[in-house]
Amino acid sequence: MMPLPMVTRSAGGPLTAFVFIRFEGCMLKISGAAKTYGGQPIFSQFCLTVGQGRFNVLVGPSGCGKSTLFDGLTQVISLDRGDISWKGISLPHLGNHAAYMQQKDLLLPWFSLLDNALLPAKVGKSPIPEMTLTAKFLFKRMGLAGYENYLPHEVSGGMRQRCALVRTLMFNRDLILLDEPLSALDAITRRRLQSLLLLLQTEFNKTILMITHDIEEALLLADEVYLLSPSPMEITQRFVLDQKKPRKFTDPGLMAIKEQVLIQLEGKEL
Amino acid sequence: MTSSDYLSLALVVVILGVWEGATRLMDIPVFILPPPSVILVTAVTRASLILPHAAITLLEIVLGILLALCTAVPLATLMFAKPALEKALAPFLVASQAVPVFALAPLLVVWLGYGIASKVFMAWIIIFFPITVSLLSGLKNCDPAYRVLFRLMGASFYDTFIRLYWPWALPQFFSGLRVGVSVATIGAVIGEWVGAQQGLGFLMIQSNARLQVDLVFAVILWLSVMGLGMWTLVGLLEKRVVKWKPI
Repeated sequence: MMPLPMVTRSAGGPLTAFVFIRFEGCMLKISGAAKTYGGQPIFSQFCLTVGQGRFNVLVGPSGCGKSTLFDGLTQVISLDRGDISWKGISLPHLGNHAAYMQQKDLLLPWFSLLDNALLPAKVGKSPIPEMTLTAKFLFKRMGLAGYENYLPHEVSGGMRQRCALVRTLMFNRDLILLDEPLSALDAITRRRLQSLLLLLQTEFNKTILMITHDIEEALLLADEVYLLSPSPMEITQRFVLDQKKPRKFTDPGLMAIKEQVLIQLEGKEL
Repeated sequence: MTSSDYLSLALVVVILGVWEGATRLMDIPVFILPPPSVILVTAVTRASLILPHAAITLLEIVLGILLALCTAVPLATLMFAKPALEKALAPFLVASQAVPVFALAPLLVVWLGYGIASKVFMAWIIIFFPITVSLLSGLKNCDPAYRVLFRLMGASFYDTFIRLYWPWALPQFFSGLRVGVSVATIGAVIGEWVGAQQGLGFLMIQSNARLQVDLVFAVILWLSVMGLGMWTLVGLLEKRVVKWKPI
């Protein structure tokens, strides 16, 4: 895979205005990852890099092995081979460095939204009063103010997913893995939450690796889009998007890329 | 009331009506089969005799339930935490239920005496099993995606247990408890049949021997009221505790 260009980019607040990408140009580096299920290679020799503060998106047909890759990164399964390095340090998995958000909100139905958001703090023995303030601030930022004491089944799917987003931030980790976080939502709610996902990068300086089926979502959010092909999963094409965010669909540059992506995907199906 | 409530009410009325009519038309003596009206009158007029015995039986059952909770909850937790232990213990658990309580009753009276200890023990044997089994299966059917979430947070087993597994298993724990309390009367009453000086089982044996069949039925009526009451109580408790919608 070709190396990422050295770029400096604004990642939000004044203190982080210029973040140089160190560690051979990447925060997260996966190389030579391999996993076989029942003699069938899901991926063998999979490589990927994500730069500091970047928002990289994997797009590919369902069943191509994206979620298996995430499972490997988060130690749900163990990879057969492969090297994962984070900030230049080689690790067996990213369990202690990544927050993970999925299509299912995974809120605990017996806790209020606020208690759900505070779960990482409580489990991690962080000081609760401070973390409560942080959580309340994030509730406001995500448009959940006033719903702190509701139980998950009392609010809509979109609000539950916002709460899951707050909880993901409350992990207080630099890397965020998103596995189709919005695919269970209706189109209108999804558009609203996409702008909140963008905050992860622009306001909270997170490094993000996301899986999605939604090409438009990828084009709106991503710095880099990787198209994947199945069995074994491989990156077939990489698009670097340097359009300013927040973006609009009507941006001619994006439309052109979308066309290319669609041609690529349809070509694969034929 | 829903339509199913009306249906069960109608069923009760029909059964009692047939019973009442048949005993009166066929002129069956009260010491063979008393009509429901006589049973009801006996249950009320002899309440001063029955209730003190009922209190003893209730005490035995409640102690049995408490004992069962104190053993079933830790055991289910241990078996959940250590699957090897579950494998090792499962055959013994099943065997303990395969042996009929009736067979153990006389032995227990020999070992534990005529007092309430033998009855509490009988009730415990019966209640213990459904609580352990349902709690264990409740703990085990926790969605693995949640476990991953807790592991990513770096949660210990204890943290995960109190915040995830235990609340997750609560609805199933309560259904086990409900089964437990409704069958608990069996254990206590059989214990009293075999050897006791008080309790509803003792009263039944006594009145049966004296051909006071109406009193036997009155005792059975009170027993069912007790069982139903405890069932309802557990239901209310569950409603208070489990306020969320299970996933």
